[in-house]
Amino acid sequence: MASAEDVKQGFMLSKNQRAGLLSFLSAQGILVFFLISMLAFSLFSEQFLSQSNIMTVVRQASIIGIIAVGVTVVIIGGNLDLSVGSMLSFSTVLVVDLHDKIGPTNAILVMFAMTLLIGAVNGFLIGFMRLNSLIVTLAMLSAIQGLVLIYSGGQNVDIANQGDTWFAFFGRDYVAGIAVPVLLFGLLAVIVQVVMSFTGYGRRIFAIGGNPVAAVYSGIRKNWCVFSTYLISAFCVACAALVLGSRVMGSQNNVGQGYELLVLAGIILGGTSLLGGAGSIWKTVIGVLILGFIQNGLLLMGYPYYAQWLVTWVIIILAVWLDLAYKRKHLFTTHS
Amino acid sequence: MTAMTQNAEARPVLELVDITKRFPGVVALNKVSFDVRPGEVHALLGENGAGKSTLMKVLAGKHRPNGGKIILEDEERVFDTPKEAKRSGIVLIHQEQSLVPEMSVAENIFLGSTPRKWGNRVDWKRLHADSTEILERLKCDFSSRDLVSSLSIAKKQMVEIARALVFTPKIVVFDEPTASLTDHEKPVLYDVIRNLQAQGVGIVYISHRMDEIFQLSQRISVLRDGEYTGTVNTAETDEESVTQMMIGRSLELDHASKPSEFGGPMLEVRGLTVKGVCSDVSFTVRKGEIVGMYGLVGAGRSEVAETIFGLRHYTAGEIRLDGQVVDFRSTHDAVTSGIALVPEDRKDQGLVLGMNCRDNMTLAGLSTVSSFGFMKSRDERAVYDRYQQAMKIKSPSWRQRVGNLSGGNQQKIVIGKWLHTHPRLLILDEPTRGIDVGSKAEIHALIKELARSGYAVLVISSEMPEVLGVSNRIIAMYDGRVTAEFDADNVGEDQLVQAITGMTGSTPQAAGAVV
Repeated sequence: MASAEDVKQGFMLSKNQRAGLLSFLSAQGILVFFLISMLAFSLFSEQFLSQSNIMTVVRQASIIGIIAVGVTVVIIGGNLDLSVGSMLSFSTVLVVDLHDKIGPTNAILVMFAMTLLIGAVNGFLIGFMRLNSLIVTLAMLSAIQGLVLIYSGGQNVDIANQGDTWFAFFGRDYVAGIAVPVLLFGLLAVIVQVVMSFTGYGRRIFAIGGNPVAAVYSGIRKNWCVFSTYLISAFCVACAALVLGSRVMGSQNNVGQGYELLVLAGIILGGTSLLGGAGSIWKTVIGVLILGFIQNGLLLMGYPYYAQWLVTWVIIILAVWLDLAYKRKHLFTTHS
Repeated sequence: MTAMTQNAEARPVLELVDITKRFPGVVALNKVSFDVRPGEVHALLGENGAGKSTLMKVLAGKHRPNGGKIILEDEERVFDTPKEAKRSGIVLIHQEQSLVPEMSVAENIFLGSTPRKWGNRVDWKRLHADSTEILERLKCDFSSRDLVSSLSIAKKQMVEIARALVFTPKIVVFDEPTASLTDHEKPVLYDVIRNLQAQGVGIVYISHRMDEIFQLSQRISVLRDGEYTGTVNTAETDEESVTQMMIGRSLELDHASKPSEFGGPMLEVRGLTVKGVCSDVSFTVRKGEIVGMYGLVGAGRSEVAETIFGLRHYTAGEIRLDGQVVDFRSTHDAVTSGIALVPEDRKDQGLVLGMNCRDNMTLAGLSTVSSFGFMKSRDERAVYDRYQQAMKIKSPSWRQRVGNLSGGNQQKIVIGKWLHTHPRLLILDEPTRGIDVGSKAEIHALIKELARSGYAVLVISSEMPEVLGVSNRIIAMYDGRVTAEFDADNVGEDQLVQAITGMTGSTPQAAGAVV
């Protein structure tokens, strides 16, 4: 009798443990997937895990990463920003074009001002006019692309004297052995993460994303807060444009095309909910790096550029599904 | 059949034996037993968070119990999904309605079990015929072809009940069915319940309203903090002893005295008009005074509060706060000027449900717990601990998501949030809606205490005992206007009812206000 009970209990315990491991794995789903794919890539290509390759991947990912830091703030606040790709084109063309005309310092200042202005337009329409962020930023996505073409007259721009300008610092230099874009990415990520977790401002953004009505009923100036998230997003785009323009020393009119989706991909892979009110910059950093490594791995394995797109989005849908499966399981065991 | 039901009277159709349900960190139900006989109304009582809803979710297959048995018609059953429970004849009528507003009544009734004919096409004829039959049984006066969105709340509830009747139910659980019904609509529901009862269906009736329970039920079972405290025959008990079973002590029925010393006027509203919402509303709230604003839903009470709070702009009139004319452009201005509004709908307007208790508590006063923009987490904890202790908020920890707390505790969090801002004027809109008697009395006592310490308090309510019991003065509203003003200690119930239903017979003061 007692032994039968023991056996039963032992069985139940192991069942519990199994459930625990399973839910742990699904909670870490994306990391597990990441490790497996890293392992697979390193089997196919010995370069993959070399230090220089890793540094290259991180450096390449940093442009997407810098933008994603800003967009994550917008998303936590319950909105979307799809205009970042066109904004990146605009800002990069602008800073590169003005470099030779008014000098690097002025070019950078004008570029930041103009980018923030576009962010302010987004923020005004969404924060104060209360228009739907998806529609506004989607419209801005193509409007700004048009603006770029009007500005450049369809011509690509580049910097004439590439060897002799301190502008190269942002995209090409190293400080303490670390590439400047990576440093900038890290710095922005840390600052914004600190702001989001430890300041009243961050708390307000989380509250607005979680329940905009309750936030207003708590005396939070929702319109200003939403407005500000688009300024943060625009500031990050301006930083990314600095890095991109400096690295290439020239720019095509459509250099930022598709970046909005890559940024979104990184954020989703990291696990920040598109519904708002939850998420973190750390998650986004991890998501962006995963995205970078997967794309790099595919490249090293010899897949063409366009195949990466397919694989990337298959992975994203897989990640979202894993996330949902994990949450569904929770639906059966928590209060509702 | 009747003989059988008679015979089965002693045998319960459903028995829950020693049901235990644990959630991480909490024992929601501890060996709770409960049974229902065919053809009886068995009331289930308990404070918010006592485990009533959890017990019903276990019964309906939404939660798996950690221990205990569910016996349906002498057979032990395990329900893995709500659907299984439904198929076996156990139906839950929800607090929150789960209808599709853009579909017809019939489609809603048969949602998920729509009759089909060959080719898997919807059999519209049968759908409407069957629906009409069910609606007739419920004596409903609307058609199966009506859109659900065109129905009143009470009629929507009838559709919910009709939906339950599709699977000839053995047990029907009503969870707070009258919460959103007016007094005129309630008798219809009672008739339906008695009708089901006559057909031999066992009814579980969950409500906070004692009068309903004593009117309808044959037996009453009480839960307290997840423990079963007992079952009594309704005929052999009274409200007081049931309340005592619920809260474990006798209720100090709100004998805290009303405030009696008033200062100068804190809020003066003169001729306030908001287009399409209210017109020419005038009243005053003095420091240390509790003013009750009484009226039916839709009389414009909440809208007046929202206007004072900066959520709406007024077209005429003026609002004075402590003598100064104010016209807030945003809630932020109102809050910084010392106005607090505990809103009507705590889930949609009062709380960020995904945030924890502490973060919700400090949300309206972030600047007081931060320096140079950075949160001082120790101060935040102190704020939470202070109000948690002062109001006896039951929560496992400050990290608990507010969405996981019971209604009463959620409301206390909202009130704490506003006390923390140290307002000059506290407006409470339906402060005790859907809250159990224990918490209700606590909140009433708290309101009086706040007024005594100098707060000017405006309480909006559609419950007469609440406005009578709490306030010094009562302002009656009807159709966007103030129809009368009364001294709360010298007013008859009939006078109040007349004032809020637009019947004349108003007092001289009222005549002045309406002009």
